Amino acid sequence: MAAITLEAVGKSYAGGVKVVHSIDLAIEDGEFVVLVGPSGCGKSTLLRMVAGLETVTEGQISIGGRMVNEVEPAERDIAMVFQNYALYPHMTVRQNLAYGLKNRKMAKDEITRRVDEAAQILEIGAFLDRKPRALSGGQRQRVAMGRAIVREPAAFLFDEPLSNLDAKLRVQMRGEIKQLQARLGTTSIYVTHDQLEAMTLAHRLVVLNGGRIEQVGTPLEVYRKPASTFVAAFIGSPAMNLLEARAEGGVAHVGGGRVPLEAAVSGTVTLGLRPEDVRPVDAGTDGAFVLKLAYVEELGAQKLVHGTVEGHKFACALPSDALLGDELHLVPEPGAAHGFDAQSGKRLG
Amino acid sequence: MVENRPILNILAHLVLILGVLVVAFPIYIAFIASTHGPTDFLSGLIPLTPGHDTWHTYMTMLTTGMQTSGMPPLSLQMMNSLIMALTIAIGKISISIISAYAIVYFRFPFRNLAFWLIFITLMLPVEVRILPTYKVVADLGMLDTYAGLTIPLIASATATFLFRQVFLTIPDELMEAARIDGAGPMKFFWDILLPMSRNNIAALFVILFIYGWNQYLWPLLITTDASHYTIVMGIKRMADVADSQPQWNYIMATAILAMLPPVLVVIFMQKLFVKGLIETEK
Repeated sequence: MAAITLEAVGKSYAGGVKVVHSIDLAIEDGEFVVLVGPSGCGKSTLLRMVAGLETVTEGQISIGGRMVNEVEPAERDIAMVFQNYALYPHMTVRQNLAYGLKNRKMAKDEITRRVDEAAQILEIGAFLDRKPRALSGGQRQRVAMGRAIVREPAAFLFDEPLSNLDAKLRVQMRGEIKQLQARLGTTSIYVTHDQLEAMTLAHRLVVLNGGRIEQVGTPLEVYRKPASTFVAAFIGSPAMNLLEARAEGGVAHVGGGRVPLEAAVSGTVTLGLRPEDVRPVDAGTDGAFVLKLAYVEELGAQKLVHGTVEGHKFACALPSDALLGDELHLVPEPGAAHGFDAQSGKRLG
Repeated sequence: MVENRPILNILAHLVLILGVLVVAFPIYIAFIASTHGPTDFLSGLIPLTPGHDTWHTYMTMLTTGMQTSGMPPLSLQMMNSLIMALTIAIGKISISIISAYAIVYFRFPFRNLAFWLIFITLMLPVEVRILPTYKVVADLGMLDTYAGLTIPLIASATATFLFRQVFLTIPDELMEAARIDGAGPMKFFWDILLPMSRNNIAALFVILFIYGWNQYLWPLLITTDASHYTIVMGIKRMADVADSQPQWNYIMATAILAMLPPVLVVIFMQKLFVKGLIETEK
């Protein structure tokens, strides 16, 4: 178990293409950090640099206080779970788990003890003597995690481990990973492009975009106070509505209504409102803005109403029994509106 | 197409049976000829029923050979052929699997050049470069040796390509997982790559064994001493007799014996052979 520190870490490829720009990040011992971002944002590259599978071209990575830039992956005391599991197809599950330990010249009975313990934790004891191809996707995933656990490493690195599973299994395994990490207390870095996975698993989220950190914070911090329009649009489902509005003295005017902002700004701003943060009111209510209906998605517990506000796309989540006309009059929940700078996209206030 | 029409089935079987007959009949003739005495062919007619000299013919050929045309016993020639086929097959596989490993998994200067040089040798089979190759082997004093018989045939671009393709289908993550598991390049090769290419190695072994066994031109050139004759070139020697009738019963017995080892290899390795060529379980 160890803390992981990244100082001004950057990565550029031979052609001068820079994929990771000067990342600073301190991960505490036992923390579960999720790197999240769209594909191509450099999150996997960053993880692979921590693992030692990619060279570090700038900056420093330390694990447990030791600088590891030039250290072989096997010597870094980390374990990695790959997206496609990367199990050795010709070895049984038991051999797969034991391989890394055997290479470390660990005593036989210690290997057996660790493998049995991991098998018990992950409930894979019943197929220890099977080959990976005889296992289902979920079982392979468990074996891949087992291979990480038996090492008892300083850190777990997860590279989109759930994206090859079907939706139901993904939710289940997500819960199991969270419990497992809580139980073992091992520092973990988890890479995903799925914001829901990121929100549910992380102690702290690191939102990446274009090789740069957009925001670091707990899931709720990131959800409640997104630092930029990028984070606002990326985290939360359905996505936050973002629309251009004119502000005067901290109040944004949009669709005939008035939306109070946190900061006393004037001029053009980008207004952010989460679909679940608006409430329908009677026509003519003071400050309400108007949504023109386009279509409705029934989700069961809620309905998702899509339409336009002054020509901008806007969605809102309403109770499933809400009555709808051609137009809806909406007011934001108090304090729910986010204001962003119209040019830079940075949060105001 | 999955169709079940009796007439088509019968037709398919007829065609296949006809094919088998066309292939099998000459072999049958060869075998029958080897069971007759040497005089049975002088009439110009080839008998179609077995004769009575089987045991005698085969034993003579295996133990004493045909002294009149300078043929050593077939057992010796078969041993030579076996040594040659095995050396070529194993040598080719070892060299090409290692070079494919280097080309696929290592970044070294002139990697592409090495790859293309190997590629170019595809255009230069033994028959094309036979004179210079002979010269080199002769200058190295390797005429009439097993080394001279086998080494020039060992380098193989095709096998290198086959292994390269196999290695390219193995996901990179597997190599990365092995690196994290503390397996260095040699360990990765032995513990992961070799076992994973097992079927391909077997398939290639079958092909290369038959290739080595069937070599005719090269051993004919390189051996002048009867103790290094291989059986395939021996057949031809026996047919080329001066001033007398070729002894067809002996020649046919030799042909049958020459055919046996490749057939056995195919029969016993058929399963692995097919698996190795079609399977992509990675």
